[in-house]
Amino acid sequence: MSTGRTALAAVTASILLLAAGAPAGPRAAGGTVSVLAVWGGSELDSFRAMVKPFEQRTGITVQYEGTRDLGAVLTSRIQGGHPPDIAALPGPGQIAELARARALVPLAGVVDAKSMAQEYARTWIDLGSVGGTLYSVFIKTALKGLVWYDPAALRAAGYRVPATWDALLALTRRIAAGGTRPWCIGLESGAASGWPATDWIEVLLLRAAGPAVYERWYLHKIPWTDPAIRTAWERFGTIATNPAYVYGGTQAVLATNFAEAPFPMLAVPPRCYLHLQATFIEDFLRKQYPAARPGADLDFFPVPAIDPHFAGAVEVAGDLVGMFRDTPASRALMRYLVTAEAQAIWVRRGGALSPNRKVRLADYPDPLSRRAAGILVAAPVARFDASDMMPQAMQSAFYKAALEYVRNPGRVGDLLAGLEQTARDTYR
Amino acid sequence: MERIVPALLVVVGAPAAAAAYIAAAEAMLARAPSSRQRAIRPWLWAAPALAFIAVFLVYPALSTIALSFRDAAGHRWVGLANYVFAFRSPELLGALWNNVLWLAIFTAATVGLGLLIAILADRVRYGAACLAVVFLPMALSFTAAGVTWKFVYEFRPAGAPQIGLLNAAARAAIPGFLPRAWLIAPPLNTLLLIAVGVWIWTGFCAAVLFAALRSVPAELTDAARVDGAGEARLLGQVVLPTIAPTIAVVATTMAITSLKVFDVVYVTTNGNFGTDVVANRMYKEMFTFQHFGRAGALAVLLLLAAGPVMAATVRRLRAEEALR
Amino acid sequence: MTPPARPRGIAGRRRLARALRAAPVHALLWALCTVWLLPVVGLLTSSLRPARDVSASGWWTVLAHPAFTLANYREVLAADNMGQSFWNSVAIALPSVAIPLLIAGYAGYAFAWMEFPGRHTVFAATVALLVVPLQTTFIPVLRLLAALGLTGTFAGVWMAHTGYGLPLATYLLRNAAAALPRDLIDAAAIDGASPLATFFRLVLPLSGPALASLAIFQFLWVWNDLLVALIYLGGQPAVAPMTVTISNLVNSLGGGWHLLTAAAFVSMALPLAVFFGLQRYVVRGILAGALKG
Repeated sequence: MSTGRTALAAVTASILLLAAGAPAGPRAAGGTVSVLAVWGGSELDSFRAMVKPFEQRTGITVQYEGTRDLGAVLTSRIQGGHPPDIAALPGPGQIAELARARALVPLAGVVDAKSMAQEYARTWIDLGSVGGTLYSVFIKTALKGLVWYDPAALRAAGYRVPATWDALLALTRRIAAGGTRPWCIGLESGAASGWPATDWIEVLLLRAAGPAVYERWYLHKIPWTDPAIRTAWERFGTIATNPAYVYGGTQAVLATNFAEAPFPMLAVPPRCYLHLQATFIEDFLRKQYPAARPGADLDFFPVPAIDPHFAGAVEVAGDLVGMFRDTPASRALMRYLVTAEAQAIWVRRGGALSPNRKVRLADYPDPLSRRAAGILVAAPVARFDASDMMPQAMQSAFYKAALEYVRNPGRVGDLLAGLEQTARDTYR
Repeated sequence: MERIVPALLVVVGAPAAAAAYIAAAEAMLARAPSSRQRAIRPWLWAAPALAFIAVFLVYPALSTIALSFRDAAGHRWVGLANYVFAFRSPELLGALWNNVLWLAIFTAATVGLGLLIAILADRVRYGAACLAVVFLPMALSFTAAGVTWKFVYEFRPAGAPQIGLLNAAARAAIPGFLPRAWLIAPPLNTLLLIAVGVWIWTGFCAAVLFAALRSVPAELTDAARVDGAGEARLLGQVVLPTIAPTIAVVATTMAITSLKVFDVVYVTTNGNFGTDVVANRMYKEMFTFQHFGRAGALAVLLLLAAGPVMAATVRRLRAEEALR
Repeated sequence: MTPPARPRGIAGRRRLARALRAAPVHALLWALCTVWLLPVVGLLTSSLRPARDVSASGWWTVLAHPAFTLANYREVLAADNMGQSFWNSVAIALPSVAIPLLIAGYAGYAFAWMEFPGRHTVFAATVALLVVPLQTTFIPVLRLLAALGLTGTFAGVWMAHTGYGLPLATYLLRNAAAALPRDLIDAAAIDGASPLATFFRLVLPLSGPALASLAIFQFLWVWNDLLVALIYLGGQPAVAPMTVTISNLVNSLGGGWHLLTAAAFVSMALPLAVFFGLQRYVVRGILAGALKG
């Protein structure tokens, strides 16, 4: 058996050697920082372009780890004691919990508070903070609640951009009477199906009841059964559940992927004229219709105010990053990511708005994103996507209920009562 | 590249290490008295497997059971609260019912179709090629399978060109057919998801059963033929009883697969429109809602299903042993 | 018909009758194979179409208006880190297949041919552990690997895949071993063969085909795994498998999903080569494993 034992020794040694030589975690290599986020495809290319000057200047390597299943990977890695250095967060709603669990490192001494205060609107800093302490920062944002349309087609059909909600409804009726479905709506989005419907409800609540009610709603200081909230659902339902108002009827609303939903709007002849979506839809439309010229064949207007008091209040969303391991490299990267220099790189490549005021409007690659950025900077009131501010179980129930509402609008009372029940169970 | 060389070394090294382990174990045993040897030997042979299983499956299962009696963060003891919540939630009851559908239909269909394909493939010269075709979906990742079936179930409003095969085929076959959004209408949608599962797993069943058919001793079938048995009787009275144990193995594996089903639902509907299953709810509770207690309780519901599996396996082993 | 032709005519008619009887078998088999293959043909066709066409018209319309491109494949193959991650996948998969197979072989032999108290129960428990949802193991196992300093290493992920693959491997290999005739094992013992010799000279070679078939199942599972790798190994370019590189092709909103069509075939290339290479063994292999159920 001596050969056996020699073999054993040799193999054990080689395995130990290998285990030692196999790539270690992100810390051991020194001069590297690991970033876990959801970006892929063109977003990932933009992120890489964004950190490239940083890598060249500091010699630090940014090791990107991508997953579209951020919840599962981040939760397991944090709970399992193997977090990335820096990670994107699912939404502002999760910061408090991660901060309480001491998973997030406070950024007080990491980023320069004074320049942050100068370059960022107060809203962005508050959204990233818990109890006055900054825990995470936005590196790109999007403007929500925009109605996209084809100016040429709209003009050709003799319609005009409405200035009020009532005018928008009147336009909807006129288009429908003309034999075309006015709206294209698609709510399917894989594991997050339903979110485009919640965007509708959110922006309608914000425009009708104002930022104070909106905020009390996502903090669950007013019940889901509140008349203001019910009215917002029903306003959405007026359009989305009327088969004469949506292309393809309820089935299409529920089954169409949100990214493909606006495509029929630019078809010849147009199958619909209006589509509500955030700034990021421009990218999908221009990939499918490369000949469409922004401004001439594709444009947007913000959902008009329902109560004129609240004109100009905008709904926003954005990508947050937080620091999970305090290393010199991760501190350096966090400091870099908040700068206008870094964010301008992504902005120039398209698909993102910057929360940093020092990024110039001239940096935006096309007239539409430039205008969206202008609206964002000038907005007197900005509120974050409410569903992202809710606990995740609440958000998930909201998505699901919105889908169910489209399928069965008569159940709105039951659905809101059910959401109220979920809220009581979820807000802890 | 510098990592590939050591990796290849391990590919060679791992078997050698394993061989060295058992050689060392036997060398050690040789010094023990022979009565001791017989008692210790089986455990030494099974030890590496049992150790890995203990660390990677038993220990997590036990900690899951412990978590199921605790609160969201896993700190405070809450008794049966998570179980009470689970059974009071109408969504879970819906998911449980869907799991029952999966268990019944998926298991029956994979085993039934697998057996049918195996029997047919056994009779033609190109049988192996057929098996390869049916086995192909096993080589796809679940994401790829999701994309594959998008091209089958996708819905476009009437008048627009369909990109989903099912709507296009139905429209071609049935005059006046209006395209349907298949995945939003229960209970048909759950059946269509089960169809995806069947498409993926039938290959496994067919391959295993095909091999079992080929192993039925020729003397048995020849003897039956001499007695004048027709093909149908031959199949029913000789072939099927002979491969019954294999059918049991395949059915057990498929039943467990159906209880754990997650990926197919997650990548297609994520449980919306009444298609949810227990494993998907568990995943949501754990990673989306971060409620480890409730996730644990749901996992325990799945673990409980292991009880009957164990009992049936023990019974089968005893019966088999008696025949040997 | 001239007389000499008659015998041939009878034989021909017999052949025809046999062919007619077999016709339903062929028809049914072809129908089933078509149903199974059709979704894959759709995927393959779509992978060869321009992205815009894929969401504009059904894949079968290319029959009437052929318009093919290799653009999707070019983009997938050019993806950042594709080459490195291919080798990472190989480095993850091979030991993750070899290790569990071997130690499951020992356990299978013990469960099949050694008498010890509680062996049926222990074996049945092993099989029953197939039911453990992998997601529940992530956090406890990751804590353990972190304590051992094995997170982010290939060794950690090999061990995890070994643990996860063992119940099925032990199940099938025990059956392969148990399928051997008792006379054979007894004869070896009478000849004075040690358990070591019996295992390596008799049980292992006779289970060879079973090992090969099992290797394919385990290989496919590890090769297509995304989550286990992301949790224990992480997605850093130096260690990430191909599945991570592929999932990075799609952006956070789902843009670029059409690339997954081509990616599916790029990722399947190696498994398919392995499968067709070992197909003979798969068929024979499961034979040994399933003989006794």
